[in-house]
Amino acid sequence: MSKKSKIVNGIQYLILTVLSVISVFPFFWMIIAATNRSVDVTKGTLLPGTYLLENLKHLMESDLNYTAAFKNSLIIAVITTVLAMIVSSAAGYAFVVYRSKARERVFNLILLSMMVPFAALMVPLFRLFSKFNSIPGLKLIGLNTMGSVVIIAVATAFLIFFFRQNTKTFPRELIEAARIDGLGELGIFIRIFMPTMKSTYAAAVTVTFMTSWNNYLWPLIALQSEDKRTLPLIISAMGSSYTPDYGMMMAAVVIATLPTALLFFLMQKQFVAGMTGSVKG
Amino acid sequence: MNRKKMHNGLNLKAWLFILPSLILIVAFVFYPMIQAFITSFQTGMANNLEFGGIANYKRLLTDSTFKKALFNTLLFLIVQVPVMILLALAISSMLNNKRLKLRGMFRTAIFLPAVTSLVAYSIVFKSLFATDGFVNGFLMNLHLISEPINWLTSTAFARILIIMAITWRWTGYNMIFYLSGLQSIDDSIYEAAAIDGATGFQKFRYMTVPLLKPIILFTTINSTIGTLQLFDEPMNITQGGPANTTITISQYIYNLLFKYQPNFGYAAAVSFVVVVLIVVLSFIQKKVGDKE
Repeated sequence: MSKKSKIVNGIQYLILTVLSVISVFPFFWMIIAATNRSVDVTKGTLLPGTYLLENLKHLMESDLNYTAAFKNSLIIAVITTVLAMIVSSAAGYAFVVYRSKARERVFNLILLSMMVPFAALMVPLFRLFSKFNSIPGLKLIGLNTMGSVVIIAVATAFLIFFFRQNTKTFPRELIEAARIDGLGELGIFIRIFMPTMKSTYAAAVTVTFMTSWNNYLWPLIALQSEDKRTLPLIISAMGSSYTPDYGMMMAAVVIATLPTALLFFLMQKQFVAGMTGSVKG
Repeated sequence: MNRKKMHNGLNLKAWLFILPSLILIVAFVFYPMIQAFITSFQTGMANNLEFGGIANYKRLLTDSTFKKALFNTLLFLIVQVPVMILLALAISSMLNNKRLKLRGMFRTAIFLPAVTSLVAYSIVFKSLFATDGFVNGFLMNLHLISEPINWLTSTAFARILIIMAITWRWTGYNMIFYLSGLQSIDDSIYEAAAIDGATGFQKFRYMTVPLLKPIILFTTINSTIGTLQLFDEPMNITQGGPANTTITISQYIYNLLFKYQPNFGYAAAVSFVVVVLIVVLSFIQKKVGDKE
């Protein structure tokens, strides 16, 4: 290697190291802060403290209902993910397996919904969902219910697109063989397609779960009563207090970040596939 | 005859697979979208609405808070998106070098911010950049500043903070798209270019960028749509302050609905500005992207 390219190489390592440190530092800091008293956090300590359990105790005992919020977030994220996997994948699957001109048109219409900003839907959705509260059959998804947060994330253009792209790699012979064996169309989808496409589902699960877990604006609008609030709402409320207890706050942030961080480290490959799935192929 | 009948049955079943998704998307995207358009021509408080023509759109022209929100949103867009895209491109072309040691570690570290919730990282940034927070302490220890910077309460620094925060959160996310795009490019063309004496920058400018063009276009449109709807960060880091200097359009719509007397008609008119901006900017970006 020439002297010049050695220098270039060295600069590259330096830049990447600095950027990596900047990227990771807030994680490091929030974990350190979660183990320290608020006063020590403001003093700028970077050493792990012994205050973690105390911070967790304060968090559980505070009137923020942290455990309830964790439970709400988890229930919403799990139900959303399960329903989204069934509903959106069925559509993506059908657009490929039962391809027709009319269905292509419908798919293009669905794609168009990606362009619609949520900002434009805030007003009408709030009014629409408040009407649901007085309709007997739709109370379950009215304002202030978990259902209202779930139902809106079950069918998304992104997921349908993702499943449609991946269904293209699904071997048609399997469908023909199953039909000859006398399996119905729904049976083929559930018993042949779903098990074969495990890695596609894994990728979609990671992204859907994370999106639901982190969702803020719609829950902020839809979930007005305290006992219904999800983690992002509680953390946001903590952050806007005038005398924040940094130790407790960061303990709350660390716990809220754990599920998605774990999901990322355990399923890095699927995670990346799920995120970039919309540009490939 | 028999065959045709079976085909019809299959056709019906195919629609049944699609129907749930279609109903949900129509009910929660297209129907509300039309509603918003109609509402934007209505005036009045809360649910007492009546037709008001273009009164709401006229009001936009004289509303100083709206102008601030529009200005801030466009400022964030114009400054932050190009910086982030260039940074993500530079990082991914460095990480694409197969001889680079520790590239897996660098990649994971730089991508990590993309798995945090927007609210959680906003709160962490708010704490780090508090007047008595870590960043000020750090800069003062290095003697780079003599007194703490008011990150959250001074106009310029509050804006810089929001831009830094978004860049921290989304650069790794965009980098992943470029890396997966670069993987599909044959290494041999880079080696051939190196033999021809191309410098690193030349390879970046004349090979990487053109080859990744479709992905760059995709991420640019994606980031534009995201930035035009920016809400979580200003809401949780600066609350739109000081004096609305970091307020965004989405946040203003939220305020019109929940902070002041709810004004559905006017909020809907403001939201249609976002729709128009997204359509126009996506169109321009696509035109520019196709031309080059």
